[in-house]
Amino acid sequence: MQYESREQWLSYLATADENYLISLWDNLNMKIEYNWLREPEIGSIMVQGKAGATGDNFNVGEVTITRCSLNLDKKIQGHGYVQGRNKYKSKIAALCDALMQTEKKKIIKRNIIDKLIKYKNNKRNEILSKTEATKVDFFTLVRGEDK
Amino acid sequence: MYVSVKGGEKAINNAHSWLSEIRRGDVNIAELNIKQISEQLTLSVDRVMSEGSLYDKDLSALAIKQSRGDLIEAIFLMRAYRTTLPRIGSSKPIETSKMLCLRRISATFKDIPGKQKLGPTFDYTHRLLDFKLLADGEYEKAKIEKYDDKEIPHVLSFLNKEGLIQKEIPSGKTSKDITRNPINFPLTRSERLQSLSRGDEGFLLGLAYSTQRGYARNHAFVGELRTGYVEVQFEIPELGIEINIADVMFTECESVNQFKGSKKIPAQFTRGYGLVFGQLERKAISMALVDRSMRWKEFGEEYLGVAAQDEEFVISHCDNIQATGFLEHIKLPHYVDFQSELDLVRKIREEYNKNEQRT
Repeated sequence: MQYESREQWLSYLATADENYLISLWDNLNMKIEYNWLREPEIGSIMVQGKAGATGDNFNVGEVTITRCSLNLDKKIQGHGYVQGRNKYKSKIAALCDALMQTEKKKIIKRNIIDKLIKYKNNKRNEILSKTEATKVDFFTLVRGEDK
Repeated sequence: MYVSVKGGEKAINNAHSWLSEIRRGDVNIAELNIKQISEQLTLSVDRVMSEGSLYDKDLSALAIKQSRGDLIEAIFLMRAYRTTLPRIGSSKPIETSKMLCLRRISATFKDIPGKQKLGPTFDYTHRLLDFKLLADGEYEKAKIEKYDDKEIPHVLSFLNKEGLIQKEIPSGKTSKDITRNPINFPLTRSERLQSLSRGDEGFLLGLAYSTQRGYARNHAFVGELRTGYVEVQFEIPELGIEINIADVMFTECESVNQFKGSKKIPAQFTRGYGLVFGQLERKAISMALVDRSMRWKEFGEEYLGVAAQDEEFVISHCDNIQATGFLEHIKLPHYVDFQSELDLVRKIREEYNKNEQRT
């Protein structure tokens, strides 16, 4: 399937640390020709929560997003929806998204997407292991007058 | 009536030049950069994002620097910037049960699945000034331990199973956005929660405290408090697929309050809800308590005429940008308004003096 796990790579691109993604991309030194369908624009999306975690939706606040779309040729389009206000990050995400649909998929996967996954997993592990170290077992004491 | 004034350009420009200089402070001391603020004054950054209603750490740090650390001024800058952004869309409702928790505690149950985890907290510190921070750049490193990467269920979901607590069931109504549509009282709970989430921490803290002291009579426990990262899901319009577009830190508080029952439903606990950007637990707890006190009608409670029960009072005054805008505008030139008042008081005094002379 052409779009298999496109959600996944778009997600890792969107939430990537911008400096890390930029350095990974720049290191590849790829010259890619493309045409803009939509040049990078900065905007926001409204984040919704749920009352009491399970009830009605409500609007919590917005988060900054940058998006752009481009095509490599008439068939292949890439979309760069990313967190934050970095237009270059958005362009890289769109290029990676497009290239993941071409024979360059392997290069992009190995040199960018896999590394983003690893980076995010490391961050996650770091948080979980530090959080675990602060685990407590409270115990209540029986007071004299309760005897 | 407002009458504009003219002139003062030179004074204004010079005042702003001085502001710029004084913001920089002593030039022999290194200038603060945005990353230092966003990395080391994280809770100020979080507050500005939460009340500025825009999650962007760099912008928040910039606003704090520009405002010389005046957080309400910084929030004002964030709100003003926010209004210039095109709205690309709305996220799917977040799943806080899937939060990557830095902290998760319950004051109601000690043994809970997923355990209590304190995280990086000021709780249990002695609140003594740490003079070591004056001297050197030393810090302690966080300890690590092996963990199970399991989802941490909400504490209140256990009470739910026994039917001991009121359930939060979606009504199917779409949420109204107070930034897009003017509000009309009475409000929906979704409008109240949006207002509270961007409301002023100090104001909400004071109101929440008033409920604890008896003005609204609903004793609250912190059923659960959690802080961590949540994946924000968004559907890409061109593709129709949902992606994790942003990772956002939230603090969520679920309060457990005293019972409510009726002939049809046996007594059960009620609840309040707080959800804010960043690690702002004082704000999240305050929000939950004030949310709960405003739900009196829904639970058939008595209206005691106190501030925290009055949604019109709470919501109309919790926004610090509205409040400070109106409050601070009175320091700007009101010469013509005041001139008319002056004329009036002179006239009254003149008449009074005439009457005095006659008698």
